[in-house]
Formats: sequence, structure tokens, C-alpha cells
Amino acid sequence: MKTSENMEALLSRAVQQHMPGASGISELRRLTGGASKETWSFHAIVNGKDEKLILRRGRGGDPDPVFTIDVSLATEALLMERASQAGVPVPEVKFVLNEIDRLGEGFVMSFVVGETIARKVLRDDKYAAARDMMAFQLGEILAKVATMDTSGIDELARVTPAEQVDRVRNIYQSFDEPFAVIELAFKWLDAHLPTGGKMAMAHGDFRHGNMIIGPDGVRAIIDWEIPHVGDPIEDLGWVCTNVWRFGVSDKPVGGFGTREDLFAGYEAGGGGTVDPGRVHFWEVFGCLNWGIICMMMTRRHLLGHTQSVELVTIGRRAMEGEIDLLNLIGA
Amino acid sequence: MQNRPTAAELLDAVKTFLNDSVKPELMDHTAFNMMVALKSLDIVQRELELGPEFADTERARLTDILGHDGKIGDLNAELNERLRAGTLCLDDPKVKAHLIETTKAKVQIDQPKYSGLRHAEEKTNT
Repeated sequence: MKTSENMEALLSRAVQQHMPGASGISELRRLTGGASKETWSFHAIVNGKDEKLILRRGRGGDPDPVFTIDVSLATEALLMERASQAGVPVPEVKFVLNEIDRLGEGFVMSFVVGETIARKVLRDDKYAAARDMMAFQLGEILAKVATMDTSGIDELARVTPAEQVDRVRNIYQSFDEPFAVIELAFKWLDAHLPTGGKMAMAHGDFRHGNMIIGPDGVRAIIDWEIPHVGDPIEDLGWVCTNVWRFGVSDKPVGGFGTREDLFAGYEAGGGGTVDPGRVHFWEVFGCLNWGIICMMMTRRHLLGHTQSVELVTIGRRAMEGEIDLLNLIGA
Repeated sequence: MQNRPTAAELLDAVKTFLNDSVKPELMDHTAFNMMVALKSLDIVQRELELGPEFADTERARLTDILGHDGKIGDLNAELNERLRAGTLCLDDPKVKAHLIETTKAKVQIDQPKYSGLRHAEEKTNT
């Protein structure tokens, strides 16, 4: 790992190389959050004007073998450009790092002012108006995500609903640890696989933490690291999953909105009529997926890839998915 | 058998020390990790307290469902195999009651404030 000082010099040089009119950087600091990627904020002087920017880059070293679905950071940057072209609010990608920059893999984007911490968004008075409008906004945004041009992006896997279920099943079975409720959930998913429908772009991790929110609503969608082409309705189910409601369970969309508003937004955005049964399927999948994600996180620690009290503790959240599954399919 | 302090008393003292004396000295990501570490110790504390009884009742239910006794790990593995094979399913009232009780017990140890537990209890009581 390079020292921060060295990093500042390298990043300053990279910014001057890639951004015409840039004269140097200041206030470089590492932001918390992001277990697999680093996020840094800094200021650049561009044509005499101060501009706040974000660097997102890989941690270097060997890729984590338990997590194999991340696309490269270059692809993530490309997807954000495609998202922007489709009318999805995203930070503006300024440039992608290359080998000459000697900063590893990553890209620089604009800094979007706003909040990503769910508990603040759900409780602070300043977001009261945003809470009322965001479910509709997210529906509109997801309708646009589904129209994104995905041509020429080889890294983007095409995954049918059945393949998506199998992908997660393979990960779960590799752990060889019995979770009775998870077994039953796979049976349920196999019996209720959605048929028909279009294949389109799905963000893959559409939930609190990956949306930048202001008092005026959703300002940007970030973290395009586990996208795929599949059933675009998957994103609608994931954002309704109980774990992302942060205790405000009677508001299914992220703890702030209704399914009706989400679906109305999706329709208004040109996504077509939403089949609630299809969303329900992906919500069930989401609860199961949350359980598996917790198991994966804890394995990253247990298998010795990353020593982390945070990762190992998340393993004890797998039962959140189990109890939610029982509440959804055990009636 | 160990003498006092008991494991629970040691754990309690360590938690108080970390929370009152160490946590205030920390910043940023280390402070965040201390918060996580303390939550982790809470889980261990609840498991010491509640775990043995939960395990006993879980094993008794498994014995009833599977028709024989055994180590709890083996019984759970067998239940899993039979659920996967489809020779046991959620339509069986004993299986359903067992899964609800077992999962509620897990949540009570791991994340007792999780909203899903509240919903499960509302459902069981109605």
C-alpha cells in the first residue's frame, strides 16, 4: 500500500494529466465505508475554480475469491456514463485511471452533496419531503436503468431468473452449513420462477447506501459494481426487502415509501405496468440473498482473506433473512 | 468448574472497560469497529445466557420430527437433507413450528431488536 503522501502526489499528477486546466489537488482524505473498494475525497483546482471530486479505486492485491461478481472499475465507470445517457442521476465520471497513473484500478467522479446513511434519511426532519416523493422517483429511475444501452460491455453477465437463483444457491451450498429456512426458500423460488418479461439492465444493489439523497429527493445512484443484464424487476424487489427498511417495516420501499408509488413511478418512467407478484418473487429472493451475503461476508474473514471484526460480525445477521423469509412464505 | 469471576462476569467487565475507557479515545473507522466489536460481545453475552436452553429445546423438537435423538449438529444436517430432498416440508405443522421457534431463538441471540422478530411474534400470536 502506498503512503498517503505518495498517493497525493500521484493523484495530483493524474488529475493534471486527465483534466485540462487542472493545476493540483488538496484535502485528500479517505472516506469510511466500502469493504472491497476505497473511496477518497479531494479538491482540485480546475481553471482557477475549486472542484470537489471522488476517487473510487480497488484495494489492490489479489481479488477476493469469495466475491467474484464485481465488474472492473473501468466497466463501472462506463456503466455510469451509460446510466447518465439514459437519464439516470449519477455522479459525472471525470476520468478512468490508467497504468501510467500508478494508482491501480479506479476512476474519478464528481462529488454529489447529500446523505447515504439510511437512519438519517429516515429520521431527520430535513428529509421529510424527500421521503414522500422518493418511492415514485426510484420507480422512474429504475424504468430508465432498464433502458440503458449495454452493448459492447463484455463483463456484463446475462442472467435469467433461474440462473440468478442457481448462482446464489451454488454460493450457499459451497459453505456446507445447514440453514433450514434457506433450503425451503430455494424450493419456493424454484416453484415460483417468473416467466416471460424482458431482459434488461439491472443495477444489482439498488438500496440505501447506494443512493445519495438530499432534501429534494434522490440525487444520484452510485456503486454500480454488481450489475447484470437480467429481470429488471429484481431491483424493485431488492429495494423493498425488509432489511433495507431499517426498522420502518410498514413502508416497504426503503422504510419511506409505498409499493404503489414505486410502481406508479416505474410506469410513468416508461417501464410499463408492474406485476406485483413478480416484485414479490424478487423480494423473497432478496431476503434469501441477504442471508447469503451475510454468510459470504463472514467467510471472507473466516477463510482468512480479510481480517475484520466488521465482516465476521455480519455473519450473525444471516438470520434476518431467515426470519423475513418465514414471515413472507411461512404463512 | 472455574471459580469466580464467571465467564459472564469477565465479559461484562471487559465490555464496560471497552465502552467507558477505550471507545471515547478512538476516532473514525477504529471507533466504528469498536462499536461493531461491542455489538459482537453483546451477541456472545446473550448466547452464554440463552444458548444452552435454546439448544435443548431445539434438539427436543428435532428428535420429535426426525424420530430419533442425536447430536444437535447431526440432527440439523439431517433436517436440512430431508428438506432439500422434499421428504419434509413447511406444510408439516411440526416442521413449521420448529422453524419459527428456532429462527426466533437465533434472532433473540443475534439481533433481538430486528423488526422481523416483531412481525414473527405478531403472526404467532394471531
